[in-house]
Amino acid sequence: MNKKSGQKEILMRVLTCIRPHAVLVLLSLAMAVLSVILTLYLPVLTGQVVDDVIGPGEVDFSAIFAIMRKMAVAILVTALAQWLMNILNNRIVYRVSSEVREQAFRKIEILPLQYLDTHSSGEMVSRVIADVDQFSDGLLMGFTQLFTGVVTILGTLFFMLSVNVRITLVVVLLTPVSLLVANFIAKRTYSMFRKQSETRGEQTALIDEMIGNQKVVQAYGQEANVQEQFNEVNKRLSNYSLRAIFFSSLTNPCTRFVNSLVYTGVGLTGALSVVGGLMTVGQLSAFLSYANQYTKPFNEISGVVTELQNALACAGRIFELIDAEAEVPDETAQEMLPMDPGVVTLEHVSFSYTKKTPLIENFNLSVRPGQRVAIVGPTGCGKTTMINLLMRFYDVDGGSIAIEGRDIRRLKRKDLRGAYGMVLQDTWLRAGTIRENISMGRPDATEEEIIQAAKDSHAHSFIRRLPQGYDTVIGENGGNLSQGQKQLLCIARVMLTLPPMLILDEATSSIDTRTEIRIQQAFQKMMQGRTSFIVAHRLSTIQNADVILVMRDGSVIEQGTHRELLAKEGFYAELYNSQFVMPE
Amino acid sequence: MWKLLKYLKDYRKESICAPLFKLLEASFELLVPLVMARIIDVGIKNQDTAYILRMCLLMVALGLIGLACSVTAQYFSAKAAVGFSAKVREVLFAHIQALSFTEMDDIGTSTLITRMTSDINQVQSGVNLFLRLFMRSPFIVFGAMIMAFTIDAKAALVFVVVIPVLCVIVFGIMLISIPMYRRVQERLDRVVRLTRENLLGVRVIRAFCREPQEIQDFDDKNEALVKVQLLSGRISALMNPMTYVVVNVGLIALLYVGASRVDAGIITQGSVVALVNYMSQILVELVKLANLIITVTKAIACGNRIQTVLDVPVGMESASDLIGEKEDVQQKSASHNRDESEAVSFEHVVFRYRGAGADALDDLTFTAKRGETIGIIGGTGSGKTSLVSLIPRFYDVSAGCVRINGRDVRAYAPDELRRKVGIVMQKPVLFKGTIRSNLLWGNEDATDEDLLEAIRAAQAEDVLRAHGREAGHAADAAGKSTPETEEKLLRESLDAPVEQEGRNFSGGQKQRLTIARALVRHPEILILDDSASALDFATDARLRAAIRDLNHKTATKKAGHSRSSSQGGTSEFIGKTDGMEQTCGGMTVFIVSQRTSSIAHADKIIVLEDGHVAGIGTHKELLETCEVYRETHYSQFPKAENDVKPGVEKTGPASGSQHPSEREQKKSAGTCGKEVLA
Repeated sequence: MNKKSGQKEILMRVLTCIRPHAVLVLLSLAMAVLSVILTLYLPVLTGQVVDDVIGPGEVDFSAIFAIMRKMAVAILVTALAQWLMNILNNRIVYRVSSEVREQAFRKIEILPLQYLDTHSSGEMVSRVIADVDQFSDGLLMGFTQLFTGVVTILGTLFFMLSVNVRITLVVVLLTPVSLLVANFIAKRTYSMFRKQSETRGEQTALIDEMIGNQKVVQAYGQEANVQEQFNEVNKRLSNYSLRAIFFSSLTNPCTRFVNSLVYTGVGLTGALSVVGGLMTVGQLSAFLSYANQYTKPFNEISGVVTELQNALACAGRIFELIDAEAEVPDETAQEMLPMDPGVVTLEHVSFSYTKKTPLIENFNLSVRPGQRVAIVGPTGCGKTTMINLLMRFYDVDGGSIAIEGRDIRRLKRKDLRGAYGMVLQDTWLRAGTIRENISMGRPDATEEEIIQAAKDSHAHSFIRRLPQGYDTVIGENGGNLSQGQKQLLCIARVMLTLPPMLILDEATSSIDTRTEIRIQQAFQKMMQGRTSFIVAHRLSTIQNADVILVMRDGSVIEQGTHRELLAKEGFYAELYNSQFVMPE
Repeated sequence: MWKLLKYLKDYRKESICAPLFKLLEASFELLVPLVMARIIDVGIKNQDTAYILRMCLLMVALGLIGLACSVTAQYFSAKAAVGFSAKVREVLFAHIQALSFTEMDDIGTSTLITRMTSDINQVQSGVNLFLRLFMRSPFIVFGAMIMAFTIDAKAALVFVVVIPVLCVIVFGIMLISIPMYRRVQERLDRVVRLTRENLLGVRVIRAFCREPQEIQDFDDKNEALVKVQLLSGRISALMNPMTYVVVNVGLIALLYVGASRVDAGIITQGSVVALVNYMSQILVELVKLANLIITVTKAIACGNRIQTVLDVPVGMESASDLIGEKEDVQQKSASHNRDESEAVSFEHVVFRYRGAGADALDDLTFTAKRGETIGIIGGTGSGKTSLVSLIPRFYDVSAGCVRINGRDVRAYAPDELRRKVGIVMQKPVLFKGTIRSNLLWGNEDATDEDLLEAIRAAQAEDVLRAHGREAGHAADAAGKSTPETEEKLLRESLDAPVEQEGRNFSGGQKQRLTIARALVRHPEILILDDSASALDFATDARLRAAIRDLNHKTATKKAGHSRSSSQGGTSEFIGKTDGMEQTCGGMTVFIVSQRTSSIAHADKIIVLEDGHVAGIGTHKELLETCEVYRETHYSQFPKAENDVKPGVEKTGPASGSQHPSEREQKKSAGTCGKEVLA
């Protein structure tokens, strides 16, 4: 019951997606009507020819030629109409599915990180790609066949009625059987298709995870286990697929059987009518082709129904993604950030990823312009979370974060995020040239600026040694570049944008310390008078910070300059000294 | 594509039966117009109602038999198609898993994912339809022609002309479409890649406010996809109208010929109706065929893409290829100068990534003794990761050779080799499952004690606790105190869920768990590739101490362990080394790090610079002799704090160590490594 109404809703959604193409749809409909009517007209003409071919010496050739000319015209026009219809349908379907895909992608761009962090990317890719694909396939079938099918049925009925009412009644009475059968089967297939689609998503997620991290799998020699895991899902998938495909393919033979009954019925009543002198053999021949043509669309429609159901199941999953709750939209009453903001205040901030485990509670901090704020603390103490909050990847649960006295929730995200330059430990590069990757934040940067940024970040020398220099294409997520080189590129990327504030989350963790020092000098020069937040393990890299926040379990336990904190001989001093404990 | 069809082998019965039953069904269908003609020519002509009724019953019977045949056929073809695609998926997945790192780097993940999913789905529907219709449609078409011949040979000639023309159209459109669908899939790849990138790089994209450009980019790529889709659609759109015209022109010809034949008294009116019926059956069949052709064309294009991946050779030469000659060499060298205790040795190793402009490693030579700890340090991109990647043979050397226990790594079976090595990679990755299932990757037979021991050594106990609590394994407050309940709690926490790629763990947590995973294995060789970068110093120091402890423990334990681990090794040679292990001690540890403090305790430190060795020696030696190392060290331990280490103070121009001017003077020190080696 529930599922059914769900299906209807999805169907309505699909229809709204199609609405912008209403003109094309109408045109396509018109073409369908035209081609069907002419297709149906042809048997009438053929029947007339047959009636003119009575027996030896009784053939009226001049009449036949006249009819044949009509036939030729009808054939040509039909072909043309069919061709146009195909083209229109293609256009509608590919456009609609591309629009759905675009919608899905746009949604991905504004989904809260909370959503993205908790949903597997492979599964989402499967929705945007495989599901949309299946959806468009189903839609295409639906369009081309449902249209013509329905029009054919109506047209045939009309033609049959014009020829002989009695036989038409026979046909009409037998029709519901075909529909019943189709409906019966279709109901059972939908759930199978949905299961197939879900399992497919699960499998894609597994593939994404395992192939994406192939190296670890191989390093641990886990190929066999992973394969086993894969085979398990694969087996389940083929089970569902088998059932979905088999059940859906039952429709065709069953309706065909019903059709043969219809055909026989027509043959029987027709033959008896001819015997009784109620119709001619030519009319019977026309009727027989109609019986074929009339039932054929039922066949197809039933085929289409299963195809459409698969499409609907897929559409449902896409709409789920599209309907997922987006980030809270930027408020209408926007506040503007002044040029070069630098004051950041956090008041009574509390936050946790899950309700069960509180993470940050009553966090207070005020940063003056140009201050360099370092955040240190043991692993898992909430440093990265701070950055999630500062960048508003996540919204605080309580309290507020403000820049220049303006609550960041009242700023446009674009303004807020544009005010920060961010380098994360988890480097992310895209497939493309080195140049594209560096200029990501400022696509209009000149060659000199790009090279300067690369030099400042000490990436220039290794880039120069790549086969095509700045035009070297790197693969997905950096390809063969070393982790440190990737970080250098990420730093160059930020250096190029010259943001008013800076967030460095373990930005240099994979870079050797000598280079790191030089990069830091460059950063220092760049950040002169700009506020910056630095998360680091290497305490040596933050000694010059204006204020060091020592975090533990989500709250700041110590705060001060390097010297002050050392003098305190607290947790920081302990952390700091631990790095000089040279074994031996 | 055709090579793929061998995976239908297991479904031979089904793939033969499906078309066969389809043929049966089709033959019954072909009989129908004949029966109808009898009704007209005999029944109507003789006004024989009983005859008409009999014939109608016959038609119903034919329909029933047709139904039975058809259902059987559908079942077989569905089974064959699904089984086939499952098999292909399995084989492809296995193949991808066997691909070497070089191939993986080359091909890229996204396209492999589309091939595993979208492409195989297309092939599946292709095979399914193919089995159902491809035999049937030509059969009906040719059957109709043959039946026409039985009625009247001259009239049937029309069929002889029409059918080849139809073939030309159908296959012509197919041939044109196949490369087009290939392009469609290629463009689809790009859309997939962009989607993936946007999901994985969401933070960076949002930080740079790139959303509008990304959307623009997506729209462009999507549009490009739609363009080829439309183009290929336009071509397949020709199929229906063209065949329609041909068949119906044939119909006109047939009517004309038929009329003349009737006029001449050769055939009857009923025969003309039958002939016309056959022609329209062809048309009906062709409409179905048109759909089939589109699907099959797509399937072929996709099948070819799958085949391309399957054709990529599994990059590593198998052990057996090499074992002959290498074994000789290796035996010789073994008898000559092999130190019994030598665990890993690099001999003049040169390595270059495929397509790279320069060598990543150049003429690298060193030896690590069993139980030693080797530190590897060097600038960004100096080849540290490349070096350790060669030990478990993730990549093959370009020249020289890497030996483990004196035996060329290429002579080991990959399994055997990788069992010896536990590697913790820079980017920590966990897999969907539980903490336990992740740790068991290291060693399937590990007990809970083993796992907990590894977790403690990896300083990951608090990770376990935190996630155990989250997963609801919280102990009631009362029972918290006793060590027994504590232990039980930890054990239960091993079942805490891990999401895909360990999303629900922080970077540092993942790192410690991946270290634990490697430790569970009790590997002969442990490689930590900058694995502590997300750990603070205190944790890092504790971790290293724990590994050292563990190492001593394993050294004594190893005797027991080597029994089980040597099962895989067949040659006597392995047996011998295992025997040796008992006396020679435990794990050889490679630590790649940026921090000199992490490696200062190492027995040997290799300093890399741009793929060359800048120095090899102990911390002390290197501080004296290797300028690169000294510079690195002082960048982390500013001179002031180094007062504690008088030895350091003496050695070098400490204060000036960061000045480039010192470089010239110290250049000769760069070669110090070789001296130390010698």
